[in-house]
Amino acid sequence: MSDDGADRDTTPAQSRYDQARYVENGEYEPLLSEKDLTRVDIGSGDDGDSGDGETTDSPLPDELTRDSLELPELSEPELARHYTRLSQMIYGIDSGPYPLGSCTMKYNPKFTEDVAALPSAAVHPDRSEESVQGTLELLYRLQDYLGRIGGMDAVTLQPPAGAAGEFVGIRVAAAYHEHNGEGHRNEVIVPESAHGTNFASAALGGYDVVSLPSDDEGRVDLEALEAALSENTAALMLTNPNTLGLFERDITEIAEMVHDVGGLLYYDGANLNALLGRARPGDMGFDVMHYNVHKTFATPHGGGGPGAGPVGVVDELAPFLPAPRVRERDADSKAGESVYERFDPEHTIGKVHGFDGNWLVLVKTFAYIARLGDGGLLDASASAVLNANYLAEGIDYEIPYGPFHHEFVASAGEQDAADVAKRMLDYGVHPPTTKWPEIVPEALMTEPTEIESKDTLDRLAAAFNAVADEDDDTLEAAPERTTARRIDQTSAARNPRLSWQALENDS
Amino acid sequence: MHGSHTTGSPYAPHTAEDRTAMLEAVDAETVEDLFDIPDDIKFDGQFDIDARTERETRRLVRSVLGRNDDRTELLGRGHYGYYIPSLVDHLADRSEFLTSYTQYQPEISQGYLQALFEYQSLLVELTGLEIANCSIYDAATALGEAATLADRVRDTTGHRVLVPELLREERKSTLENYVAGTDLVVETYPADDGNVDLAGLEAAVDEEVVMVYAETPTVRGTIEERLDAIGELAADADAFFVLGSDPIALSMLERPADVGADVVVGDASVLGLPTSYGMGLGLFATSEDYLRQVPGRLVGVSEDATDRRAFTLTLQTREQHIRRERATSNICTNQAWVALRTAIHAAVLGPSGMVEFAKRAVTRAEDLAERVDDIVGVQAPVHDRRHFREFVARVDQPASAVADDLEQLGFAVHVVGDHEIQLCVAGVPDAELDRFVAALEEVAR
Repeated sequence: MSDDGADRDTTPAQSRYDQARYVENGEYEPLLSEKDLTRVDIGSGDDGDSGDGETTDSPLPDELTRDSLELPELSEPELARHYTRLSQMIYGIDSGPYPLGSCTMKYNPKFTEDVAALPSAAVHPDRSEESVQGTLELLYRLQDYLGRIGGMDAVTLQPPAGAAGEFVGIRVAAAYHEHNGEGHRNEVIVPESAHGTNFASAALGGYDVVSLPSDDEGRVDLEALEAALSENTAALMLTNPNTLGLFERDITEIAEMVHDVGGLLYYDGANLNALLGRARPGDMGFDVMHYNVHKTFATPHGGGGPGAGPVGVVDELAPFLPAPRVRERDADSKAGESVYERFDPEHTIGKVHGFDGNWLVLVKTFAYIARLGDGGLLDASASAVLNANYLAEGIDYEIPYGPFHHEFVASAGEQDAADVAKRMLDYGVHPPTTKWPEIVPEALMTEPTEIESKDTLDRLAAAFNAVADEDDDTLEAAPERTTARRIDQTSAARNPRLSWQALENDS
Repeated sequence: MHGSHTTGSPYAPHTAEDRTAMLEAVDAETVEDLFDIPDDIKFDGQFDIDARTERETRRLVRSVLGRNDDRTELLGRGHYGYYIPSLVDHLADRSEFLTSYTQYQPEISQGYLQALFEYQSLLVELTGLEIANCSIYDAATALGEAATLADRVRDTTGHRVLVPELLREERKSTLENYVAGTDLVVETYPADDGNVDLAGLEAAVDEEVVMVYAETPTVRGTIEERLDAIGELAADADAFFVLGSDPIALSMLERPADVGADVVVGDASVLGLPTSYGMGLGLFATSEDYLRQVPGRLVGVSEDATDRRAFTLTLQTREQHIRRERATSNICTNQAWVALRTAIHAAVLGPSGMVEFAKRAVTRAEDLAERVDDIVGVQAPVHDRRHFREFVARVDQPASAVADDLEQLGFAVHVVGDHEIQLCVAGVPDAELDRFVAALEEVAR
């Protein structure tokens, strides 16, 4: 393609997007239950008349079984159409740019699905160590990769999501302090602008959360930190670069301050993509961190999960990690290959998942890192930061804080950020994260990631700017071109209808 | 071209000209100028991880995983490997499902929201409870969330959580971590021939109890017979009755709502996921009384500006991104895509297929128990109960020796006692079971 984009007409008349929309009988695509509901009666043999449903003989006595089961009974072609239509009413990364701040919506390489689907990956967690050396080797090598990337000494792969990783970090910190006779530490400090999960994970761990304001430049306020730190501090949870995309320049000093009072420094890995190969949490003085592999290492978000939130720690904390971890045995196998085994860390906090976490996600993580290698990882952070800066340069909204890295937070100014987002949908792009962090009024938190081309960034900027020029009425009427028009959130919450059964009762 | 290059990220599309133009636009000479990292903590980029082509990477993963031995697994105890119809893979792998984010912009995510709403409805039908969320990570973490829910909503002054002594240790340990930040204490109550020892439970229950947990089928495959009595014991003490089960079992066994369950937890990925080294899908359903205290995401119905029915995430003020340290849970990313797979698998089966699955879980397990009981040196089932999917067998030889010998013959089984093995029929074809019986005959005497 020789088109350099210079002649492109980006006005809504010539560049627009219309999402698939099926309407039947005045409503969007019917529910499965509206296509069919069949009742199967369950009896031990001679229950008599079963009404209009089917009857099935159960091998169990009646007192151990339910009376009936009523669900849709549809053919495979009907289901193929149902779910294909549903999929067409969803916008994914493969549909277009997805610059959701703090979510790192990268392209998800297709081949990682193929390797996760290998029949040899499908083993049961209760298999003997000897018979699943391949799985243990992959886990071991991924622990090792992640340790190197984060500058951490030991890694657990068990936490099934970022928030679960945070919780593990908090539990490990608690166990460490307890072990040292410092169980009195009951406070976790979290910056005001942090992810909501930080507060919630600390609270789930039983800690009082001390909220930390930022300074005028959007970074940790050292004086406020000094005041917040005490002999009761268990940990400070920090995201770096922070949610404004700013690097915490005083990180070395912050680490010293936290360590001086005997606290631990926790790294929230949500923004690690900005630093790949350029700075490592372990070198900055962090003691414990989680990795969001569904962000940094491009495993698919799957519409909300599954992800994985491995946790890395420094040597001192390794004995407290969840069990089991995987290590290399001293002696090789007869064939000269390394032999891997599970082991329980000495003072382990135990389990945080019924088995070993989201295995299929971990396979994809390993494949992604092995594909990129040093050069690819280093380029990911370079291109992500270049893309964010280039995009920011092209949009008309004000960006109050900098220098930012992989993401920036623009302000919608006099416009309502949520309305801006709704209108952006009409331009065929996913909008940024809105109204957060609150330090920026009407925030538009934008993270294009490294996977967008200059061309796409230009189109994305055009969408921002088109919306910036539009009046409030247009924004409030948006979106117009998506499957559904603006959805009433208040009505959903005021009158909760959370199942098709509730809809039946409603009518 | 990108397929073979091994220097930059193969998924970053910039040409050298693009890069130059972009740097110019942001007024920087090099990309390094855009990083605001103090010199003393800069890293040189050397992880010593080699880049590979896609083909080489596939070969690497295939060769590493190739070290796994191919075994016929008669394994269960909370993780099952049913056959997954192709339709599930092909539909769930559509990239709009796979590559979209959480549905915070509902207007552009209606399809996913509807699929999750249908998943919630499936669980409502299976449990008889009014509210099901979009997922927790797995059965163990769902149990943990049930305990913290009980802690929030029960008025009792106590802090005891009672769980069966026959419970996967991993599940109990996860529960203990979830309640570590509360005053709750996890205690066990005794079993009677695999099921709940009602007298033992009655003796353990007092007004200090916040929650009673039981499972059906149990970890040893027995079907719990006195769920109603357990529910009554819990209700009398004003405690939560939390029941652990799964969608296949719930298709035929007693409906949790009919036996007084306040919360149902379990692994819903028995439908939708093949054997995945323990990866799961946390089922979480409860009564509408606790609607505003439920952990996790909920999809509800609303109307759009054209007055048509539309779906949206709702009651988000319970969640961490709004309520922070006062949220009902710290969960954010969940197992949505697995829930989608489970919903599709359930839809492929339909109610008659799901009931059929459940029937076969009983008949095939009990048939296999009968067949291995005929083998010299084996008695099965150990528990004089009805069984679902799996059962424990007694072997005269040391169980670990039997398991090792079976392993040599290509079969994996659980060792659950010095002379006890556990066998699960889920997903194992009849012909394989025949081969297994012959193998056990060979090694058990």
